[in-house]
Amino acid sequence: MLQVTGLTKHFPVASAGWFSRGRQSQALYAVDGLSLTIRPGESVGLVGESGCGKSTLIRLISRLLEPTDGSIVFNGADIGQISVGKFAHSAERARLQMVFQDPSDSLNPRFTAFDTITEPIRRLGTQQDRSRLRQRATELAQQVGLPPELLSRFPHQLSGGQKARVGIARAIALNPTLLILDEPTSALDVSVQAVILHLLADLREQLNMSYLFVSHDLNVVRLLCDRILVMYLGKLVETGPVDDIFNRPQHPYTQALISAIPAFEANPHRIPLTGEPRSPINPSPHICRLYGRCPKGDEHCQQVAPTLQPVSDYHQVACHYPAPLS
Amino acid sequence: MISSPTTATSVQTSLLSVRGLSVEFRTRTGIVQALENISFHINKGETLGIVGESGSGKSVLALAILGILDQAGYVTGGEILWSQDTATCDLLKLPEKRLRQLRGQELSMIFQNPRVALNSIRKVGKQLVDVLRCHSNLPRSRLKARALELLASVRIPDPQQRYDAYPYELSGGLCQRIMIALGLACSPQLLIADEPTTGLDVTTQATVMNLLKELATEQQMATVVITHDLALASEYCDRIIVMHAGHVVESAPTHLLFSQPRHPYTAKLIAATPEPHKGFEDLVPILGSLPDLRREDLPPCRFVGRCDRADETCQQEELVYRQVGGEHWVGCWYPLEE
Repeated sequence: MLQVTGLTKHFPVASAGWFSRGRQSQALYAVDGLSLTIRPGESVGLVGESGCGKSTLIRLISRLLEPTDGSIVFNGADIGQISVGKFAHSAERARLQMVFQDPSDSLNPRFTAFDTITEPIRRLGTQQDRSRLRQRATELAQQVGLPPELLSRFPHQLSGGQKARVGIARAIALNPTLLILDEPTSALDVSVQAVILHLLADLREQLNMSYLFVSHDLNVVRLLCDRILVMYLGKLVETGPVDDIFNRPQHPYTQALISAIPAFEANPHRIPLTGEPRSPINPSPHICRLYGRCPKGDEHCQQVAPTLQPVSDYHQVACHYPAPLS
Repeated sequence: MISSPTTATSVQTSLLSVRGLSVEFRTRTGIVQALENISFHINKGETLGIVGESGSGKSVLALAILGILDQAGYVTGGEILWSQDTATCDLLKLPEKRLRQLRGQELSMIFQNPRVALNSIRKVGKQLVDVLRCHSNLPRSRLKARALELLASVRIPDPQQRYDAYPYELSGGLCQRIMIALGLACSPQLLIADEPTTGLDVTTQATVMNLLKELATEQQMATVVITHDLALASEYCDRIIVMHAGHVVESAPTHLLFSQPRHPYTAKLIAATPEPHKGFEDLVPILGSLPDLRREDLPPCRFVGRCDRADETCQQEELVYRQVGGEHWVGCWYPLEE
C-alpha cells in the first residue's frame, strides 16, 4: 500500500563563516536512502532516538517536505512526484492522515473541537452542508469516546486525554487508509495513555487502517505494532516482526535500546551506549553510523558501512557482526 | 483531611522532614487546595521518589520546599524541618536572605525541561560561573577552572569547548547534564530533580539517571526524584511516595511498593504502566480523572470518585494515614490485602 524506495532528504547547512560561503556545500543527511513498505491493515512501529530522522521521514511520507531523492508510492500513485502545494488538495491527501505529537501544541487554540474535527472534511471532503457536518462530527466524537457536548469547547477547556481524542477524531474524519502517529501518547499520563492505546487498537480494527507508529517508548510500540523499524542517524539498522526484535534483537543498537527500557524488575544486563552520536553532516559513506558508540566496532566497520541483510525470513539487520544476545 | 503520622524518631535521623504541609493557590476562579497535610521525610544520602499523575502536586511540593512558590501560592500550615549536624530549623520560618543562601548551597533543584530552564542567550559555562559566584567562596580567578571541573564531572566530552556553547547548540542529553552540573555546583546536601529525564530518549535517560545516582553516592547527597514514570522510579529510588490530587496516598520502600501495593491507586498505576512482559489485556486504564481541587466540598479521600472499594466511610470519615508495615504507610480505609 505504501512503498518507499531510496528516500533521501538532505538539509543544506550554512558553512562556517560569512566569507567561506559557497566554498563548500555542507548537508545534513536527515534521511539517507531509506526504503520501507507498509501493507494494508498492517501496523508498523518506527523507533530511534531523537535526531535520528524519524520526524523528517514521516514529514516526507505525508508530503509536508520535498524529498531530495527517492520515490513514495501510495495506493499505486507516486505521490513523491506531486508538489507539496498540490498534494494538499489531492485525493490521496484524504487517505493519508497524521496524529501529531503533543495535542496541546498541535490543536489550533482558536478552533473549537468541532472546527478541528470537521476542518479536513471542509477542505477535502464532499459534505459541506452544516447539519451533515454536525452529524458526522458527533459520530466521530462517539467513535473516539469524546462526549459530544464537548465539541463546542476550545482546546484550553479540554484535558490532555480529551485533546488527544480530538486529534485522533480529526485524523480519522476522512476514513484514511494510512494513519501516521507521531508519539501520540508521549505527553499523556500512564492512566490516560492506557485508554488511548486501547482506543487506537480498536479503531484500527474497526476502520481497517494501517498505522505507521512513531515512538521512542518501546513498551508502547510493542503493544500496538506488528512490525518494527529501528532507525539510527537517517538509516534503518534493523527491521522485523515485533517478537523477533524484542526477543532476538541482532543489532547492537537495538539491543542497547531494548535493554534501556526501565522496568519494575531491575535489568542486570544493561548495555550502555557511550559517547555522542556521530555528526549527521556530510557523513562518510564508508563508516558504519554507530561506529564509536558500538561495543563491537572494529576496523572493518570503519571501512565498509553495513547494509540491510536478511537474517531470517522477515528479519533484516545492517551490521557486520549481527548476533543475538547470549 | 489526613491526620499525620507521629514519627518522632525520624526527626533526629532525617535530613529533611516535612510535616503536615498544606499549600493553596488563590486564583480568580477559587482556592485550589494543591497540597493538603503532606508528611514525609528523607534521610541523608537516600534517594526518594515522588510519583503521581500530572496535577497531583509533585512539583508544587518541590517548589514549596525551596520556598519558591509562585505569587498565588500560600503555605497554609505545617513545617519543613531541615537538619544540619545538630541544628534543626524550619525552612518556612527562615528569613528570605538566609533561605537564599541555603538554596543552591545546601538545597538544590534540577528543573523540568532543561531547554526552558537554561538561559538561552548566555553561554552555559557563564551560567555555571554565575551560580558559583553567588553561592561559593571561591576566588574569582578559580571560578572558570571550577566550572570546567563541573562540566567534566557530569561526563561532558570536551568541556573546554562546551564551556563556550549556547544551550541551543547542545543536544537534549547534554543540556540535561548542564542542568545537573548547575544543581551540583556547590555540593548540596539535598538535590530535588523534577522530571529529570522527560523528553529524553531511553538510552540517554539511562545514562543521565546512572550519572545522577553515581554522583549522589559519591557526594553522599540525598536526592528527591519527581517523576510520573513508575518504572523509572522503581529502578533508581530507595523509597517512593505516591501522590494523588495533593495527598500522599502511600509511602514505602521501593520493592515493597511494587510487590505489595496497599493503596488502590498505587495498584492501578502499576496496572496501567506498559511493561515488557505485559500484553494488551493486562494494561488496565484508570477511569475518571483528578477531582477539581477548587471544590469546597472535597471528600476526605480524594480518590473516592475513581476507587472501586469506596463506600460511605470514605465519603464522610476523616482519613487516617496508617502504618501497615515497617516503613510502609498508606492513606486508605480499605487497603488491599498483602
